Amino acid sequence: MEGDIAQLGQFIGAGLAGIGSGAAAIGVGHVAGNFLAGALRNPSAAGGQTATLFIGIAFAEALGIFSFLIALLLMFAV
Amino acid sequence: MATEAHGEETGGLVFHPLDQFIVKPLFGEIGDPVSWYTITNVTLWMALAVLAIIALFVFGTRGRGIVPSRTQSIGEILYGFTYKMVEDVAGKDAIKFFPYIMTLFMFILFANYLGLLPMSFATTSHIAVTAVLALAVFLTVTIVGFVKNGTKFLGLFWVSSAPLALRPILAIIELISYFVRPVSHSIRLGGNIMAGHAVMKVFAGFAAVAAISPFAVVSITAIYGLEMLVAGVQAYVFTILTCVYLKDALHPSH
Amino acid sequence: MATETEHAAGEAAAAAEVALGTPPEAAGPGMPQLAFETFSNQIFWLVVALVIIYFVMSRIALPRIAGVLAERQGTITNDLAAAEELKQKAVDAEEAYKKALADARTEAQKIAAETKAEIQADLDAAKAKADAEISAKTAESEKAISEIRAGAVDSASAVAKDTVEAILAAMGFSADKAAVDAAVADRMKG
Repeated sequence: MEGDIAQLGQFIGAGLAGIGSGAAAIGVGHVAGNFLAGALRNPSAAGGQTATLFIGIAFAEALGIFSFLIALLLMFAV
Repeated sequence: MATEAHGEETGGLVFHPLDQFIVKPLFGEIGDPVSWYTITNVTLWMALAVLAIIALFVFGTRGRGIVPSRTQSIGEILYGFTYKMVEDVAGKDAIKFFPYIMTLFMFILFANYLGLLPMSFATTSHIAVTAVLALAVFLTVTIVGFVKNGTKFLGLFWVSSAPLALRPILAIIELISYFVRPVSHSIRLGGNIMAGHAVMKVFAGFAAVAAISPFAVVSITAIYGLEMLVAGVQAYVFTILTCVYLKDALHPSH
Repeated sequence: MATETEHAAGEAAAAAEVALGTPPEAAGPGMPQLAFETFSNQIFWLVVALVIIYFVMSRIALPRIAGVLAERQGTITNDLAAAEELKQKAVDAEEAYKKALADARTEAQKIAAETKAEIQADLDAAKAKADAEISAKTAESEKAISEIRAGAVDSASAVAKDTVEAILAAMGFSADKAAVDAAVADRMKG
């Protein structure tokens, strides 16, 4: 019984951690969308900022990956 | 919990999305212990990455043509791309670290793409591998920072443009973010690669059910395409962040 | 259960070899990324791979590519210089051609002017000669006319005198010669 409850908690926690991936998707969308908005306003400056775009996407995505990792840890490692 | 899960799944859907990451000896029994010198699947796929890099950069450029051959022009494009990235992001005086950064970039790029081959083993999905890469960058950057700038390197944490009252708080934040760098640097790469491969395996498990198998196969194709992009972008991001950290070490003033 | 295995592995990977015994598959679905007994293996082979790549890159590949790129840059620069030289030559040739053309044109103009002057001179000389001849002829003709006119006046006065003398003789008068001459001359003037 005790183990079942613990397992239940693990699965619920993993599911909640999965929300983080969706939040990271929103973040990545913000980064890319704002970059596009800025790039359309000043296309000549956009080319030099693609590196910044990728760094921003990577930072936003990394946090989503962290939540995914927590879900995996709850499912398989704890 | 673990054994129970395995027992239950044998009936219906079979999900072992993480089994592809198991490190096992290449020769001999599956159950053999893995010591530090054992030739494992890690060895195999790292060796393949090394061979691919040698094939591209040594045998591909053997002609030294003024008009390049196809493989030579691929090598030249990668060289020019990385050189420009180091020069633009880290500055002119970081050029002497160019072979080091090129080594990291090429290893991660080739390991990522070789990991995408079916039945292959993604070495960069392992936190041990990415942690070593990230720690190597972290140690290099820290040592270079102190050797080049001495104690002035600590000015990186003392934000002189902020109000005096805020500076100790900012210093603590900067210090934490500095030491979190290798963690995020390694987990970003390893987690991305592992997540992509695990998701593909999960959809492959769905493909066993006839009703949703077309959906599963289409999804695997789409995710495979995404992973092709992610493999390149993650190698690029790892490298460009290395360049950014290197710039901090060479020019620590804010 | 998996937790215990992982912990044991993490704490003493080498010492717990006996306890681990079972491979990761048999131990259940723990995360292979956290199977600490494989870390030394991965790190060792990673370091080997990185060192090989580093030496291949820094000793062979990168100097070679840099050399090829520099050589290509040099070739392109040389070719551009050669093209520039050829272009300069073409420009020079065009200049020379234009200069020759201009010289020829001035020469032609000079010749035309000279010829024109010569012709003009000849023409003027011929004109002057012709004028002189014409004026000589005119003078001659005028002289002849005046002679003829003088002759005619003499003849007319002689005829008039004779006629007057004859008329006077027929009328029975003896003519005074001197008076007749005076009267005729007087009339002839009018």
